[in-house]
Formats: sequence, structure tokens, C-alpha cells
Amino acid sequence: MAQAVAQHKPIEAHWWYRTRQSLRAFAPHIVLFGYMLIALFPIYMIIMNSFKERNAIFGAPFQLPNAETFSLIGYETVLQRADFITYFINSIVVTAASLILTLLVGSMAAYALAEYGFKGNTLLALYLSIGIMIPIRLGTVGILQMMVNLSLVNTLTGLILVYIAQALPLTVFILTQFMRQVPVELKDAARIDGASEYRIYWLIVPLIRPALGAIGIFTMIPIWNDLWFPLILAPSTKTATVTLGVQQFLGQFVSDWNAVLSSLTLAMVPVLIFYFVFSRQMIRSITAGAIK
Amino acid sequence: MQPAKARKPFPTHILVFLAPAVLLYTLFMVYPLLNSLRLSFFEIGPQNQTTFVGLDNYIKLFTDENFAPRFWGALGNNVVFFLVHMLVQNPIGLLLAALLASGGRGRGFYRSVLFMPTILSVVIIGFIWNLILSPLWGVAQTMMSWVGLEQFYKPWLGLESTALVTISLISVWQFIGIPMILFYTALIGIPEELTEASRVDGASGWATFWRIKFPLILPTVGIVGILTYVGNFNAFDLIYTLKGANAGPEYSTDIMGTFFFRTYFGQQLQLGNPSMGATVAAMMFLIILVGVLVYLILWQRRVQSYEL
Repeated sequence: MAQAVAQHKPIEAHWWYRTRQSLRAFAPHIVLFGYMLIALFPIYMIIMNSFKERNAIFGAPFQLPNAETFSLIGYETVLQRADFITYFINSIVVTAASLILTLLVGSMAAYALAEYGFKGNTLLALYLSIGIMIPIRLGTVGILQMMVNLSLVNTLTGLILVYIAQALPLTVFILTQFMRQVPVELKDAARIDGASEYRIYWLIVPLIRPALGAIGIFTMIPIWNDLWFPLILAPSTKTATVTLGVQQFLGQFVSDWNAVLSSLTLAMVPVLIFYFVFSRQMIRSITAGAIK
Repeated sequence: MQPAKARKPFPTHILVFLAPAVLLYTLFMVYPLLNSLRLSFFEIGPQNQTTFVGLDNYIKLFTDENFAPRFWGALGNNVVFFLVHMLVQNPIGLLLAALLASGGRGRGFYRSVLFMPTILSVVIIGFIWNLILSPLWGVAQTMMSWVGLEQFYKPWLGLESTALVTISLISVWQFIGIPMILFYTALIGIPEELTEASRVDGASGWATFWRIKFPLILPTVGIVGILTYVGNFNAFDLIYTLKGANAGPEYSTDIMGTFFFRTYFGQQLQLGNPSMGATVAAMMFLIILVGVLVYLILWQRRVQSYEL
């Protein structure tokens, strides 16, 4: 019996099979790891070199800063010359206000579209979803003209209004699908208890939290990173967002490498920290949102 | 929405729920867009008075020696920009997604790290690559010398012949996370039973992927395609950051977005022209509309989507 087993060694026991299997398991690692280096390396080079003095940046770009080459001169220049704090506050105000208002207004509309079978429901849903595919930038000429007439040029309000309009189509579209999945019994029970329609909406909103999270992220990133509308609608120093502020600062200080590397790092690090705190949830909510 | 004609008065609460979204969307997106399209048929005088000129602006765009070469140049460059994304970004995104979806250790970590460049601003990414590729700093050059390729180094971003493709690849590097995550989501949504049968029959991983999984994610392939198309024909930030509104050298990196910006706001010696700007925007609108319609009619209708 034992002999028979030895003679007919299962295929898994052959060395070539095992090598092939482990190679097969390992190959994806190599590709993923390789691409990870490509994705991280440029970012790493900027952050690492921002802590070095000028000669070391050029002389030994691949070397980590040490006691001799460590320098914060770039950060000093940036903090003296550019109003980074203001830029950050502007970006946070614009992004947060756009986000909260988009989610509120969008979920209200989605609730109405999902809940009530009124005349023109489908048509209205279609009208609202045109903006998913048509970029709002194409209306820039009209938007700027309107903002000039409303005296909203160089205000954060102008930016916020545009960003809400930009984000609403996709928000309404996706939230409508999620609102439809909320069990009817729940709403009927609330109605029997005499809850108003507004109250029922407010009870439903927490049930679609994962969808709100996914939409929030999709809305937030393009707003935070946008260059176009800050450049056109609010280019003043007082209203510049981080993206625009960095762009203008870098344009002026092209030849000051310390300042360039430091300002890039300053603009990146908060976003990266935020991302690493939330990345798991973020990607999970994106993938969960798509699977439903 | 016509309370006068409806038998019952329109319920107030529905109006309250819908009005803010519809108003904001109409006022700040639909109306300006329509107004821009309208302005492309007008000429705007020095006192902001508008005169209807029919298709004159379009004729000017296609024939005037100040506009036509720039328009066709920008359109051609934009096509190249788009093709690089379709041929490089989306296949690599699919490959990475397939590897991530195959399971195994550390996949969650890879997923987060590979998506990271996508969340950074284009301005930051543009400057980072500008520095890395810069002959002044020599990082790219030094790294190529490690593998004995230094004689192939060129200041790619500065050369008329290579700048556009280089910029396209930087954009690919940044946005690869989007196709990756969309394909990944679609792939992990495929039920195990469907692939198991083919594995039992002895099909290789390669065959299983192309014969079973890929046909199942065709709807996502379409979505990635149209998102790439719309994003690319509307791009601006990266080229403006790296090359300014003039999209040098010699307009070799000029795409529709930068051409629109220059036409509308003017550049050096040329004054800005709102109605010609609106005309360029209208052309971009048409280009994007054609893409969306092709997607909706030719792709979405023909590709079967399976309820998984």
C-alpha cells in the first residue's frame, strides 16, 4: 500500500509542478510590485529631496537626507512667500460646502424621483442625467458671463455653485438607484405612524450612507484638484485654492528648487495622509457601490 | 411640472424636494451651456452688444489662417492623446485589475497604492514629472545609465517630436487607477461558479480570462472607453501646467482644452474673443456628443449585459 502510494506520487508532489505553481503565484506579485515602484518613485523623490539642501538635491538626488544635507530652507521660503494657509482654508471651504450641499440637494431630488410616480418623472430624470456625460467646462463662456453679472467673480460662492451643478447629475443618478432599494414597508410603516414626507426622507438618508460615502469621494477629489474654474472664476490671491496657489507659486519660483520641492510636498502630504486613513473604506465603497 | 394643466395641484413636497437640484443644475450648468452654444452664432462687440452672424464663426474657425491650422492641429493632437490612453492606460489598467482580482496576499495594499496617483492634482503630477524628466536634475538620465541606456535619454518634454506622447504617458501614469478600479470591480463581481466549470475542464487561466471573464465585463470596457474619451477631449490642466496656454514647443502639445482657453482669453499679442471661444467650446461639445452617441447606440445596445 505504502509502495503503491510512492509509485503514484500525486502530481502536486513533483518538484517541477511545485516550482511552476509557486512561480504562477509569484508572477502577479512581481508585476504588481514593479508597477508599485513606478507609481511611488516620482512622489518619493520629490518628498525626500525637499528635505535636502540645494547642492545635495543636484549632487546626490538618490541619497536620503543626512545630518549634513538636511535643510528646511525650501519650506521657509514657501511659508514666507506663499499664503499656503489661506489656500488650504479656501480649498477646504469650497470642497466641504460643495460636497455637503450636493449630497443634501442631490439626495432630496433622488428621493423624489425614486419615491413618487408623478407626471414627467422619467423625463426629469433624463434631463438631470445629461450632465453626467457633458462636461460643465464647455459652458465656461456662459458661466463666466453670468458670474460677472452676479458679481460672483473672485468669490468662493461662485466656485461652490459651479461645483454643485457639476456634481449633481451623477449624484442624483446613483442615489436614485439606491433610494429605490429601500424597502417600501419601511416608508409605509412611517406613513401609518403619521410621519410627514420630509420626515420619511430624513429617516431614509442614513440607510444609504455607503452610497453617500462613495459619491462624496467621487465628488470631492475632482473639486479639490480642479485648476480650470479657480483659474477662470476666482484667480485672486485671496480666493486661490491649493491647486491654483501651487500652480502660480511654482510658476514664479521655477528656478528655486528647494521652494518648488517643498511646495509640492506641502500640497501633497495632507491629501496623502487623508488618503491613507480612508483608502480602504474609499475603495471598498467604490467597489461596493458598483456591485450594489 | 405644469400645475395649471394637471387635474390635481402638484404636491408641494415633491416640488420642495426637486426644486433646489433642478434650479442649481439648470441655472449653473444647462443655461450657461446653452448660452455658450448660442453665442457661437453671434459676434460680441466692444460694448458687449451681440450681433447675429449665423455660421460665420464656424467658417472662420475652419478657414481663417489664424484659427484653422490651430484648430486642426489641436484636434489631431487630441486624437493622439486619446489613442495613447486607449492603447496604454486601459490595457495596463485591465492587467493590474486582473492581477488584483486574482486574490492573494497583499492585494488590498497594492490596490490602495496603485490608486494613489489618481487622487493627486494634475498640477502636482505635472510638476513632479517635469522635475524627474528634467535634464537639469538628471534623475531620469542617471537611472537610464544604471541599465546602460543613457544614450537614449532625451529631454522628451521639450522636444517637438516627443512632447505630446510624453505628456500623454504622464497622464496615463496618473489616471490608470480609474480603469483599474472599474475593471477590478467588474471582475470581482463575476460569480465563482462561472469560472469554475472552465477550470475543471482544464482551461488555462489565460483562456478562462479571455473566453469567460472578459466577455462578461464588456459593459465595463465600454464605460471605461467613453469615460476616457470624454475626459481626454476635455483635458486641459496637465498641458497648461507643463507648457502654459501656448502648448509649446510650436503648439505641438496643443489640445482642444488649451486651444479653447487661448481663443477665449487671448494670448500675448492676440486679444481674447468670447464668441470664437464659444465656437471652439461648441465644437468640443459636438465631438463629445458624437462619442457619447456612438457609445449609447453602437456599444450599449449591442453588448449584452448579464445579470450577475
